[in-house]
Amino acid sequence: MTQLASISSTLLYVAFVMYLIATAFFAGSIKSKKTREQQVGKNRWATIAITITIIGFISQLGYFITRWMAAGHAPLSNLFEFITFFGMMLIAAFIIIYFIYRVHVLGVFALPIALLIIAYSSMFPRDISPLIPALQSDWLAIHVSTVAAGEAILAISFVAGLIYLLKDVDLTKKGKQTFWLEAVLYGLVIVVGFVASSTTFQLAGYQTEFTYVNTEEQQEVAQYGMPALVTPNQGELLTEGAFASSIEMPAIVNASRLNTVIWSFIVGTVLYLLTRLISRKSVSALLQPLVKRVNLNLMDEVGYRSVLIGFPVFTLGGLVFAMIWAQIAWTRFWGWDPKEVWALITWLFYAAFLHLRLTRGWEGNRSAWLAVIGFVIIMFNLVAVNLIIAGLHSYA
Amino acid sequence: MKEIKCECGHVNPEGTELCNACGRALTTAADNKKTSDVMRYEGTARRSQTYNASVVDKVWNFFSSVKVGVWLIVITLIVSSLGTILPQVLFIPPLIPPEQYYEEHYGWFGKVYYVLGFHDLYNSWWYMLLIAAIGISIIIASLDRVVPLYKALKNQRVNRHESFMKRQRLYTEQKVEDPDAAMAAIKKQLKEKRYNVKEIDRHLLAEKGRFARWGPYVNHTGLIIFLIGAMLRFVPGMYVDETLWIREGDTVAIPGTDQEYFLESEKFVVEFYDADEDPEVFNAAIDRVGSIVKNFQTDAMLYKREEEGIAGDQRELELVQQKAIQVNEPLKFDHFAIYQVNYKLDEFRSMSFNMTNKETEENVGSLTVDLFEPQNVYELNEGFRAELMGYYADFTGFENGEPQSQSPVPNNPAFLFKLFSPEKPEGEVAFIAIQENLEPLGENEYKLNFAGIETRNVSGLTVRKDLTLWILGLGGAIFMIGVVQGAYWNHRRLWVKVTDDGRLLAAGHTNKNWFGIKKDVAHAFKGTGLKEITDQQEIEDNNIKAREAGEENSLDTTSKH
Ligand code: HEM
Repeated sequence: MTQLASISSTLLYVAFVMYLIATAFFAGSIKSKKTREQQVGKNRWATIAITITIIGFISQLGYFITRWMAAGHAPLSNLFEFITFFGMMLIAAFIIIYFIYRVHVLGVFALPIALLIIAYSSMFPRDISPLIPALQSDWLAIHVSTVAAGEAILAISFVAGLIYLLKDVDLTKKGKQTFWLEAVLYGLVIVVGFVASSTTFQLAGYQTEFTYVNTEEQQEVAQYGMPALVTPNQGELLTEGAFASSIEMPAIVNASRLNTVIWSFIVGTVLYLLTRLISRKSVSALLQPLVKRVNLNLMDEVGYRSVLIGFPVFTLGGLVFAMIWAQIAWTRFWGWDPKEVWALITWLFYAAFLHLRLTRGWEGNRSAWLAVIGFVIIMFNLVAVNLIIAGLHSYA
Repeated sequence: MKEIKCECGHVNPEGTELCNACGRALTTAADNKKTSDVMRYEGTARRSQTYNASVVDKVWNFFSSVKVGVWLIVITLIVSSLGTILPQVLFIPPLIPPEQYYEEHYGWFGKVYYVLGFHDLYNSWWYMLLIAAIGISIIIASLDRVVPLYKALKNQRVNRHESFMKRQRLYTEQKVEDPDAAMAAIKKQLKEKRYNVKEIDRHLLAEKGRFARWGPYVNHTGLIIFLIGAMLRFVPGMYVDETLWIREGDTVAIPGTDQEYFLESEKFVVEFYDADEDPEVFNAAIDRVGSIVKNFQTDAMLYKREEEGIAGDQRELELVQQKAIQVNEPLKFDHFAIYQVNYKLDEFRSMSFNMTNKETEENVGSLTVDLFEPQNVYELNEGFRAELMGYYADFTGFENGEPQSQSPVPNNPAFLFKLFSPEKPEGEVAFIAIQENLEPLGENEYKLNFAGIETRNVSGLTVRKDLTLWILGLGGAIFMIGVVQGAYWNHRRLWVKVTDDGRLLAAGHTNKNWFGIKKDVAHAFKGTGLKEITDQQEIEDNNIKAREAGEENSLDTTSKH
């Protein structure tokens, strides 16, 4: 069993590397002079790229299956497993959309985002955890995998929207669109900052412990994986010689998590500024050459299509299956738990997207912005609701 | 009612934009609109665009507007998110009054949150009103559109006017050597793509996936059924939600069943994951988190009272079911379900004491107090007796010299005894609590020594009946069918026409997925010698871009001068 588990980790690692290589080939495919103007259809670089992507996907599928066998239950039971699976579904959704439209540039953006998501997931505890009673049900696999699939397909519309905006927004003019587009990219760099800082301190084996007083006036121990820039409420440093600033947080703030967020911002911002300094361009402008030859109408269509395909899947997983399971496990199909509310918000948002598009003609640029906002909501639900707003669903 | 007569002779109702027969634009306004805007409902007259006189019309028009609908959805979405900033009142510890809890835990922000009612947002009247408004909007907007759309699509004419075809997004007009042969080939190849094709003297209409147009109306119907189901919950008798705490060995009436059903808890068990017994792969997680619950369950028996039994009489019970109630495995009977939700381990059941002489330490007898049914008097050895003067199941301390109990649950039992012995026939008073022994009326000769305790587990169950579930299920299923129908299929149409002067005109329209219809057209044109169909929007977009770029260039040149 433990051997299976280690094979499983290796397969995930292989998949990660495959996606990385495939990204390079996709980048090559859009540079290639021989391809047609529109960057679609068959071309040798793209064929290699998609083949490697599929090999990576199969390897990740292998990770999923072997881990399932090792654990005895679907590996969808903690934050690491769920986000990894989301990354895998993103790849699957990309492969499907790729075979419908064959737009290579989609790979140049979809794969790095999937990579970032998988890297992000592995910052959380990776042990195979046993299932608590509420999770011991076939609905765990059914519900969680459908939600992840739905959200991943919806995320493709973000990728298409981002490409659309990179080409469509006139970066030479200062304005709201230029600003927010750069802000979205900055946000992605912050995630890189999180992965970089977590990995560095983990490799260095950094650990600090504090005792502190929680909201219920009880003493508890807080673990820090990074040097403490903020300390918990009435925190006392337990680890000798470790760094601790004198900025103390009130009890309702989870100081250890806030500390991680601050580090991510610092490292991310440094990376961002360095990029700008070296290239002497905004990140948007740096990426723009990649999308130079993109067909905007086609991108718009890809974005809309993925919302159309993803919305029913998300509804099925995030609302219908969710309600069925909640009725069985928690006695009621709906209980206004934060995660439930955020699933509802996501659903309402995409319903609004579809109405605006179908009956009010919000196409192109506006539709692309909506796709970006939709992705932000999905990520908020995935990350913030799990880490900040604790409820029944909280994996952490 | 006013009517509009088209050049082709067809008479259309007021408000029509495109002639229902030939497709000519009937007003200059319609002529100037974007094609996709006019084509959405085939340019037919909708009630909301025809009447605007009475109050009813105004309300109808308000709710039929998608702009209003989207605003309602967006407001609901934003408001819903506000409810997740702090925990809802449902999730806070039940013993603390909410007004105190929010302020104590979250300071001024918590107070404001509470005062504004966000602590119980989803049950507030205005949140319900928002949902109701969405419901009304869905109904009215759908009715406003579905009827004219149905009529228009049912009575489509095959031959459309040239102007109608020209304004479609996909359009081409070409001269070919043998237009009729091309037309025949197109017809054949569209049939291969499963189009329904109708042909009337050199006009052709090919159509596919019309049923996709009903998707939104089907899904809206599902939503309305769902909302009605959710409302029915408030009808008495449709919904039961009760909490049942049951102790091992007890048999109690199940709340909500009118004393018809009884539940007995034989045993309650909790199991934890074990590093040695359970798969080794879990060990790391168990080490990190500490103990992890594996299972908790109530071994229960369900009884039904016999027909002629008297309410409350437990002798006439008939066993109907025996089951281990676990999380995810509720006990189901007669529209009810009993769920395992909670537990309390080792609740005190009885306490035993020995009465001893303080000096000689001689034991003069033992007694056991059933904490749920204490006796008044406990007879001990000849001449010895203990009288229970006061029992405080959940002792919290003294107030004005009186012992206080905050609940009837024996969380912290305390007793006031009077001990009788041959030496003290009047009795001596002793107060006994956990780790506390008081002799309030002076030094006693005898005392009660704690001799043992018996505990049992309590399981927390939820009793639920929800007769609305099937309606919600039906609504959900219809909704899903509707969304899939509207999202995974599209309504594609192609009009082809051969003019008297031998030109071939072709126009295409789809409600979504232009990529797909273009592929179909390419297939239809195969081998006919026709050039690719033109996407007029793409050309227009490119022109706009080119114009913008041009303007900039010219700006640049002027600035240089
Ligand atoms: C949460 C509530 C709602 C959901 C989930 C929902 C769902 C949908 C979906 C999935 C579509 C098809 C969109 C597409 O294919 O791109 C649609 C279409 C539509 N919805 Fe809704 N809807 C909701 C509320 C409303 C409201 C409040 C209105 C009122 C104005 C409305 C009016 C319409 C209209 C007019 C259409 C287009 C119908 C057509 O063109 O044939 N919907 N709805």
